[in-house]
Amino acid sequence: MEYTILILALPLLSFLLLGLAGTRLRPAAAGAVGTAVVAVVAAVSYMTAYAYFFTVGRGADGLYPTLTPWNTTWLPINDTLAIDMGIMLDPISVMMLVVISTVSLMVHVYSFGYMKGERGFQRYYAFLSLFTASMMGLVVATNIFQMYIFWELVGVSSYLLIGFYYTKKEAVAASKKAFIVTRFADLGFLIGILFYGYYAGTFSFTPQAEALAAAGMIIPLSLGLMFVGGAGKSAMFPLHIWLPDAMEGPTPVSALIHAATMVVAGVYLVARMFPLFIVYAPDVLHATAIVGAFTSFYAAVVACVQSDIKRVLAFSTISQIGFMIVALGVCTSADPHAGGLGYMASMFHLFTHAMFKALLFLGAGSIIHAVHSNEMSAMGGLRKYMPVTHATFLVACLAIAGIWPLSGFFSKDEILTACFAYSPAMGWVMTAIAGMTAFYMFRLYYGIFWGRENRALHAEHTPHESPLAMTLPLVVLAAITLGAGFIPFGHFVSSDGAAYDIHIDTTVAATSLCVAVAAIALATWMYARERQTAAESLARRFATLHTAAYHRFYIDEVYQFITHRVIFRCISTPIAWFDRNVVDGFMNLLARGANGASYAIRGMQSGSIQRYCIWFLGGALVLTIILLIIR
Amino acid sequence: MNYTDILIYMRHEVTLMAIIIVLFIYDLAAGRRGRSRFSAVTCCLLLLQTAINIIPVQGTAELFGGMYVYAPMHSAMKSMLTVGALIVCLQADTWLRRDDTEHKRGEFYILTLSTLLGMFFMIGAGNFLLFFIGLELASIPMACLVAFDKYKHYSAEAGAKYILTALFSSGLMLYGISFLYGTTGTLYFDDMPARIDGSPLQIMAMVFFFSGLGFKISLVPFHLWTADAYQGAPTPVTGYLSVVSKGAAAFVLMAVLVKVFGPMMTQWQTMLEIVIVLSITVANLFALRQTDLKRFLAFSSISQAGYIMLAVIGANPIGMTSLVFYMLVYMAANLAAFGVVSIVEQRTDGKVSMQDYNGFYRTNPRLAVVMMLALFSLAGIPPFAGFFSKFFVFSAAFRGGFHLVVFIALLNTVISLYYYLLVVKAMFITPSDEPVPALRTDTGSKIALALCTAGIVALGLASCVFEGIDALATGIW
Repeated sequence: MEYTILILALPLLSFLLLGLAGTRLRPAAAGAVGTAVVAVVAAVSYMTAYAYFFTVGRGADGLYPTLTPWNTTWLPINDTLAIDMGIMLDPISVMMLVVISTVSLMVHVYSFGYMKGERGFQRYYAFLSLFTASMMGLVVATNIFQMYIFWELVGVSSYLLIGFYYTKKEAVAASKKAFIVTRFADLGFLIGILFYGYYAGTFSFTPQAEALAAAGMIIPLSLGLMFVGGAGKSAMFPLHIWLPDAMEGPTPVSALIHAATMVVAGVYLVARMFPLFIVYAPDVLHATAIVGAFTSFYAAVVACVQSDIKRVLAFSTISQIGFMIVALGVCTSADPHAGGLGYMASMFHLFTHAMFKALLFLGAGSIIHAVHSNEMSAMGGLRKYMPVTHATFLVACLAIAGIWPLSGFFSKDEILTACFAYSPAMGWVMTAIAGMTAFYMFRLYYGIFWGRENRALHAEHTPHESPLAMTLPLVVLAAITLGAGFIPFGHFVSSDGAAYDIHIDTTVAATSLCVAVAAIALATWMYARERQTAAESLARRFATLHTAAYHRFYIDEVYQFITHRVIFRCISTPIAWFDRNVVDGFMNLLARGANGASYAIRGMQSGSIQRYCIWFLGGALVLTIILLIIR
Repeated sequence: MNYTDILIYMRHEVTLMAIIIVLFIYDLAAGRRGRSRFSAVTCCLLLLQTAINIIPVQGTAELFGGMYVYAPMHSAMKSMLTVGALIVCLQADTWLRRDDTEHKRGEFYILTLSTLLGMFFMIGAGNFLLFFIGLELASIPMACLVAFDKYKHYSAEAGAKYILTALFSSGLMLYGISFLYGTTGTLYFDDMPARIDGSPLQIMAMVFFFSGLGFKISLVPFHLWTADAYQGAPTPVTGYLSVVSKGAAAFVLMAVLVKVFGPMMTQWQTMLEIVIVLSITVANLFALRQTDLKRFLAFSSISQAGYIMLAVIGANPIGMTSLVFYMLVYMAANLAAFGVVSIVEQRTDGKVSMQDYNGFYRTNPRLAVVMMLALFSLAGIPPFAGFFSKFFVFSAAFRGGFHLVVFIALLNTVISLYYYLLVVKAMFITPSDEPVPALRTDTGSKIALALCTAGIVALGLASCVFEGIDALATGIW
């Protein structure tokens, strides 16, 4: 399957082409190049997936083999430790190839309509290509270091795309924030990798068991540090603060990077390291479940009161990623029949979530395109104007709420089953959060398409359905969301590699369905009508809580305080003084000394050939004499 | 030994000699029109030569009773020098098309290739006699090249300075070699180490021998000719002088020091410590004050020579690999820099001062970027190749235990960064009322610059290059 190299090479070439020569192309041509390349990449990915799952199939031991169609040693460090670059195919990486290429293709097509006439259209497509290449490189990485390199590249492309509107102050600030916060978390990741490489003697995902056993507590520590990096990218509390702000980027970018692909990199990382986690660091794994559950809850609460539709979706993303982390964290063994179900559930949810969350974001983009605002106050009653967007958005909302037979129901059900198997408390907590999900999603849905319509605004500028380039991806993603639940996902991906039949646990399914329906009913009662007395009176009654949640419980302000008051004042200021006076002073001294010496010895270069020969001979003799003396 | 061996192990020399003869006849036989294609013919022949010889023959050999030796690394070095000469030939074309040099363009190529042949013999020598002949074959035509614009005052003066200093250094070196012969009774590299005991006479001989090559590499205190010759010589010749000539000499120096003077290792290591510190520091101090770009690059190349010696001082195989890699990277960067300087000089009637480059980026963005990359690589800024090559020579010296020297060299890179960036600042930041006009670049120079730029960007990142060289580092001594 050597052709898999195309998956990396093509988007990279397209990035170089569009980045270097983009301004010479017409915008439409640049977009066409980018889209065509991603279409080919998608085709190759599907071909790879088909070949991997069906043509190659399971080996004699009943497991899917791990293939490395490409591998080169890029940087040998010592005899055993080397940094390789290559392509590795195993069930989860192949699954990710499909997810990324599908969403990326949809976003490329969608952007034709959404970004039409924007300044820097070519640059936009160049960055999208860069992102696609890096994300693909991340998932097919053969070793943790390659993953880290592409991890950072993904971070860079995210930074570039969030700051796409670089003349807008908020976008610049958001891009910096995203970069710095994730970079800060990546420091943990890097330290973890270095520990791992040093003690395991390899960067490979399958180290030698003896080396790991000898390393003792270092391995859980390094895995924990790696999770810090994952938590940064996947916006786990308290490193989530960058993701809501990242919504300053163009909406298709939010759909691709900040909903479907990049932000689940942390989940993917934990899944990638899962065999090590489960054997060497089960406690760390369970700790991640706590982090995931808290994040999920926190984000769900905040999502209930936001008024900017992209922010609601951002917090919903954080909450759903929390679900995935929880599912991984509650695994107690590698056997899906005995405590290892969460692995499969997490990957399944990653898959379905990528589709319906991309759909939600693209739908939100379509709405923003129509009303030119992110605020719910500018919307309401849009179902009349935008039938396609409305229908697809409803599908996605039902999916995320977990209503049968949409894809979200199946994956969420597996997660909840896994949670109940771990502990009933975790199961109930997650069921409650699933209910909150249904509630805030339908609050959003009614706020946009029903509820109180902003007639004044709509009279002035009638909202309209988006062009085909934008509605087509919506329809495709909605179709996937409708059908994806029936994929026998456990046959392809499971924690020990053996085929696993997904069976619906009726108790769990019935409970979660009831909770979801109740939450939707509540949302309907509160928000579907023109007058929303119940919602308003609740907001008044719990004004403190409402305000706090609206301001995301002031986490950003806490960061602000820590960075500005503590770090800047107590650490940075003294360092700056030291730098300015001592370090620069030394350098200035060096410069002054160099200048003086340079002036003093200028006579040596007199231009007279006789002098040169004297220096020549003198130098040789002096050297001889020195050597004779110290002999 | 039979004739097949000669064809196999002396491929480089034989093919190059054939090219020289072909060119000689071509120069005589081709008419005016034929001669206008001289550059293309030479470059094609050189390309062919590189293609034939690029893959080294494995194993070592001795020919002519040990006069001539062969090791795979020699082959790699020779191929590298050929590529350097090829780039110089590409760059020289426009300059040679001017009225005053038009009629003697054939001479340029033949002289250049003769010096190259001399260097090949120098590298392949297994005996001081052949070594010396090679050295002179590389030196004397070089003086003609330096004085190629003989009706220009500067060029003639530079030629005179070069030949006089070269003669002086050759004399001194020959004097040293005669001491060696006197004390050991042999001129063969292989036989000598057994009879070297570090007596005062041999120390003196070693220093004198070193001074001869130190002159070629332009190490302090044997460097004084460098600035004047570089400034006066035609710019393509300066590029050739600074890269190809220097590279060959550095390679030979390391081979001979380790192979022949192995028993005196501590002595010559001490000597190198002094010379390295002096070269890097003094050259940097001079470079700070230069306003003429060619003179500036001359001092930069002296300090680069000091860095190259860091690879020698460790006297380990990894040092040899680092040296060859450093030369390769340095070749790409320095020829790119000289290439740009040459283009500007030719097209603007001799503008070479740093002030002339103010606002260069506005009018010639591509050339400015190439120049910037070259200077970044020379300064050793990652991720360009220069960073990696510096890193390797530093680590080679560090591994040999020369911590203080490495530290001083590191301090000096800070100073060098300042003056390299000075040029970048002039090109990109300082505005100018009369910037250099937008220049047209001929195809030859374009190819040359593209090759160099590719080298600057790719050589460091492609780890296979360093490893490939390393794989050849057997049987050199």
